Amino acid sequence: MSVLELQGLSVTYRTEGGDVPAVRGVDLEIGAGDTVGLAGESGCGKSTIAAAVLRLLPTSARVEGRVLLGGEDVYAMKPGRLRAVRWTGAAIVFQGALHSLNPVHRIGAQIEEAIRVHGLGDAATARRRAADLLERVGIPASRADRYPHQLSGGQRQRVLIAIALACGPHLLIADEPTTALDVMVQAQVLDLLAELQRDEGLAMLFITHDLSVLTSACRRLAVMYAGRIVETGPAEDVVRLPSHPYTAALAGAFPTIGDPASRMRPSGLPGDPPDPAALPSGCPFHPRCNRAVEACSTTDVGLRVSAPGRAAACVHVEPA
Amino acid sequence: MRPRVVVGKVVGAISTLAFVVVVNFFLFRIVNDDPVESMFRGRNLTAEQKERLRQQFDLDGSRFEQFVAYVRELLSGNLGVSLQSRRPVATEIAEALWPTIALVGTATTLSMAIGIWIGIRAGWRRRSRFDVGSTTFSMFTYSVPDFWLAMLALGLFSVQLGVFPTGGIEDAGSTATGLALLLDQLHHMALPCLVLAVAYIGEYAIVMRSSMLDTVREDYLQLARAKGLRDVEVRRRHAVRNAVLPVVNLSALNFGFVLSGAIAVESIFSWPGLGQATLEAIRGPDFPMLQGLFLLFSAAVILANLVADLLAGVLDPRVGGR
Repeated sequence: MSVLELQGLSVTYRTEGGDVPAVRGVDLEIGAGDTVGLAGESGCGKSTIAAAVLRLLPTSARVEGRVLLGGEDVYAMKPGRLRAVRWTGAAIVFQGALHSLNPVHRIGAQIEEAIRVHGLGDAATARRRAADLLERVGIPASRADRYPHQLSGGQRQRVLIAIALACGPHLLIADEPTTALDVMVQAQVLDLLAELQRDEGLAMLFITHDLSVLTSACRRLAVMYAGRIVETGPAEDVVRLPSHPYTAALAGAFPTIGDPASRMRPSGLPGDPPDPAALPSGCPFHPRCNRAVEACSTTDVGLRVSAPGRAAACVHVEPA
Repeated sequence: MRPRVVVGKVVGAISTLAFVVVVNFFLFRIVNDDPVESMFRGRNLTAEQKERLRQQFDLDGSRFEQFVAYVRELLSGNLGVSLQSRRPVATEIAEALWPTIALVGTATTLSMAIGIWIGIRAGWRRRSRFDVGSTTFSMFTYSVPDFWLAMLALGLFSVQLGVFPTGGIEDAGSTATGLALLLDQLHHMALPCLVLAVAYIGEYAIVMRSSMLDTVREDYLQLARAKGLRDVEVRRRHAVRNAVLPVVNLSALNFGFVLSGAIAVESIFSWPGLGQATLEAIRGPDFPMLQGLFLLFSAAVILANLVADLLAGVLDPRVGGR
């Protein structure tokens, strides 16, 4: 049974200026121990998906489709069941550079809180487990009584990982866990996540805009554009031989490590991601696409399976 | 907070107080150079008699000599002699101090507790019926002058309905003692206290509400919710704990205005506190009394500032460094 399954997930934010579709019909499946990367520019809906999994979206958001955590529909759960599933069924590694840690509570207490809330031990057990978790993510347990502002950005990110691991979740959702960290620290945090994933056999959904990160950390990859998955397949294949022009542009925006030539000619992507409230007609990517043909402005093709385990939403893809 | 930071703040408070002593002294000398002359204007006093009066009120000698004498007396607790009652200013103030602390202190505490409670609930559920209702109420009481509210309350409850006395701290000519006296005093205090509390609630409710509104957007609330906490736990442990910081600061500062804050309401209810004493001293004008009162009011505000600073250091780990 899959740990997480999204079936035709759509999320629409109702605002005063009208409805804004942030996610438009996403299907995704993550099996036990599987690692899936979700890539895309900011505003493509990837963080909305992370929040939707644990039903953390604001009340102004309308959710359609189904989110199954361990086979159970998250949106059909009673409040008590939902609270129990949060952090045990899936836990989120939030962005440490932002204000995800409460500034007035000690970091140890913020880890212990998750353990206590789920009744996984008394105060002493929780304290011991919090100390273990801090050591596990590479922070001396003696720092448990520090406050978030006394830690560096990298350490805060590690604390957030420790918090996410507190209840032994089946799925770890890493929502841009390395954004706004400097490069050395990014690499350390990525190594830590990969190591944890391997050792604990965690299933992981890795959300980022940085494709190069995903290739090493994930087995499969899904690329999102304007609220939809436009390409999916084995991570290495997707990055090496992209089928969708958007994936190609995204892959070209980052230099390939070990290939000095690619550093000399990073290819950017012109224009901005479309406003979800006013999507272009046809394929939403066509105004920025260098391979767009006339049909692209009128017809929006769905995902086409090009090879076993690979699919892309582009007219240039020949269905297998 | 580091001990060094604490010591620095205490030293700062003491220097501010010293500055106030200087300004306070010279301010009244500028306003009126020779109180004796203006007090007995139009009466036939011999130069000798005037000189004796000046000696009595420490008004002889040069300005500087007067100041030195004033500071010396101040340090030994002598604030001078009231021009009106001819009693020591310190005694006059001490007598008026407790009625004010009882009345305004109670009203401030009460309004703080209720106002913060209202603000938490209103800010947590923005645009809910509770929010709209309580914010309308808060805006109204915040903008209404307390003396107007006092006169309305007096007219309705004391004059029309007769459920509360019209003023004073106890029944005239009362010989009650002990518990009976206390109950009588509480009965007298109820209405002015209620008026002040209502007048103050709005400020706390509005400030707490807006602080909550800033806090509900914070990322750490999303994390708390994701961990599986109940809504009330997220609110209490994470949202309120952060949102209350600026309100605690405001509350501590407002305690500094307890002594001086109710001049109008005290005089409407003839409450024998510092407010009424101030008003009478102004009517005099009774300069030594005013000077003593001003010094006390300033000291209270300075002390409240110090407490607010120290409290912030205790409640917010980010203040004061490590």
